[in-house]
Amino acid sequence: MPECPLPFAEFGFIVMAHGGGGRLMHDLLSRVIFPGFRNGHLEHGHDGAVFDAPQGRIAFTTDSYVVRPLFFPGGDIGKLAVCGTVNDLAMCGARPLALSAGFILEEGFAVESLRSVLASMQESAQQAGVSIVTGDTKVVDRGKGDGIFINTAGVGEVRSRALIGPAAVAPGDAILLSGDLGRHGIAVLSAREGIAFETALESDCALLLDPVMALLDAGVEVHCLRDLTRGGLASALVEIAQAGGHRLEIEEDSIGVCAEVRGASEMLGLDPLYLANEGRFVAFVPEAQAPRACQVLRSFAVSAGASMIGRVKAGKPLVTMRTGYGTSRLVEMFSGEQLPRIC
Amino acid sequence: MKFLDEYRNPGAVRRLAAAIRKLVTRRWTLMEVCGGQTHAIVRFGIDALLPPEVELIHGPGCPVCVTPLASIDKAIAIATRPDVIFASFGDMLRVPGSQRDLLAVKASGGDVRVVYSPMDALAMARANPNRQVVFFAVGFETTAPANAMAAFEARRQRVGNFSLLVSQVLVAPAMRSILVSPGNRVQGFLAAGHVCTVMGLDAYRPLVEEFRVPVVATGFEPVDLLRGIYRCLELLESGRAEIANEYSRSVREEGNAAAQALLAEVFEVSDRAWRGMGDIAASGLRLREPYWDWDAERRFELEHIATSECKDCISGLVLRGERKPESCPEFSLRCTPEHPLGATMVSSEGACSAYYRYRRNGIDA
Repeated sequence: MPECPLPFAEFGFIVMAHGGGGRLMHDLLSRVIFPGFRNGHLEHGHDGAVFDAPQGRIAFTTDSYVVRPLFFPGGDIGKLAVCGTVNDLAMCGARPLALSAGFILEEGFAVESLRSVLASMQESAQQAGVSIVTGDTKVVDRGKGDGIFINTAGVGEVRSRALIGPAAVAPGDAILLSGDLGRHGIAVLSAREGIAFETALESDCALLLDPVMALLDAGVEVHCLRDLTRGGLASALVEIAQAGGHRLEIEEDSIGVCAEVRGASEMLGLDPLYLANEGRFVAFVPEAQAPRACQVLRSFAVSAGASMIGRVKAGKPLVTMRTGYGTSRLVEMFSGEQLPRIC
Repeated sequence: MKFLDEYRNPGAVRRLAAAIRKLVTRRWTLMEVCGGQTHAIVRFGIDALLPPEVELIHGPGCPVCVTPLASIDKAIAIATRPDVIFASFGDMLRVPGSQRDLLAVKASGGDVRVVYSPMDALAMARANPNRQVVFFAVGFETTAPANAMAAFEARRQRVGNFSLLVSQVLVAPAMRSILVSPGNRVQGFLAAGHVCTVMGLDAYRPLVEEFRVPVVATGFEPVDLLRGIYRCLELLESGRAEIANEYSRSVREEGNAAAQALLAEVFEVSDRAWRGMGDIAASGLRLREPYWDWDAERRFELEHIATSECKDCISGLVLRGERKPESCPEFSLRCTPEHPLGATMVSSEGACSAYYRYRRNGIDA
């Protein structure tokens, strides 16, 4: 069979044929994607990955990643796609066993950019001690995608005997927050067209596996964990209050927001409580265990700023916040998107 | 942010609240004019720190709320055109028009973009010479200078594919319309500090003299607000109708002369309709004749737009301070930020939206 006259190397960008199931697709997989992830499962060239199951319970999660810009201060879509799914497993009290990755590539997307994204994914996966063992690639027409969309799914081994989730939250629990708010939201916003402004701020995008495992290993009775993503702290707490059926009361003064995030939020009319984070989580533990839990969390760089921000009370399922002036207000989920205001 | 912390200092807030309690001998009703102030008052619970004799009512100073339905519908009609990039401040995108909002236009293929400054929209026009870039120039005297600058620069640089859909409003005529309203309860005003920064204090003098109401230029942080409230109550208690400046770190008596000159160059005063408040004489700005080529209403042929407003919405009464959001039978039931019946529920600075976010479920200080 004659060689294809147009070798892969001549394409610096994705073309429709890269998703077509033929030679170009094979080239993309064997020359770009498999080498990026380097593990035995992918090289078997099978339809799925087969691996040994541990004793006990399995956690299973999936998430899709669409972010603009794809590369932002402190990370890129690849790092997000691995950290986000590993973090979701961690929030179930699980250590990841294997990840999958699905790519939707837009015709014209630079192969070099794809390589950078894959490198970020591999770096984060290695840090989490997990491999990307199966995946899928599709290509869509130019204009039908935003460069690259990624879906990752993960299975993990649950390391906690007790159920972790909103149903386990009880009055008397302390609410711990692992660090300051809003770095991801502001870092991404600062890089967008139309609202670009200069800041040294980087996204907080990070793996949360180590501090969570350390909490469990230390024997802290963890009732609920939730990583803070798009809707920020406010939305995460409102969801937990509603799902668990308790009133959550937080203290405004105990919630950390760095000067750069505060400044940018004031300028743009955004509330840090609703800004996106990619490396922060809340933990619900019995109040008596809160000091020890904070101590454990503070021994990791990613949660060095951990502190207790509030308590769970009996009462209507809602979230209230005590302000620094002794007044109190409702914390509500945001409606729609946070939009920069007029004046 | 150190500068801001000084004006959020809990000790200073407590001392001012105590001083106000000591000062007040009878019932007073004050209006904060600006939506940004309403938002801060409800968010920080400032009204809960005041003695029961003092009532704050929330004024019409939310540009998103008062932009008339006809302007929103025009914006939607223009943004729907395939040759147009429609640029707007973010919070205008969710304001419901008669049929839909700008976000819905974007979702169905319109090129609607959020900008933080009108100058970014002008740059967008230069970068897209084959498209028409239209900027939605809404707001009070606070946004007017930057919007004027965009028109001025578009004319100077001869950027032919840029235009402004203007819906600028002025604060003082709206305050007058509240004072002459038969249901008026306002005895003193907290004037919006940023408007005063641009325009100075002279615009309020006729109101103070004619209606004998004190007007205090007031800022937006808790300490600023309480200082403004204290000063206004002090003037009321001693029977003085005067203008005072409690935002002197930003406001000068004469305002910003350069901004005023630019406004006078680009805009002229016109009658204008306010959403919820109706037509108010000499309460708006429109482009002067040399700038007509950059006027989106003149550039695009718009068919007559018939508007229809929800008849159950009391936002007009809320904007005039005659009703509080919770007294509306639709509040938080049929009317929510996801499904707003009227403008005061849409904008984060609208009084209904602020109450919905911070005050539902009987949660009070």
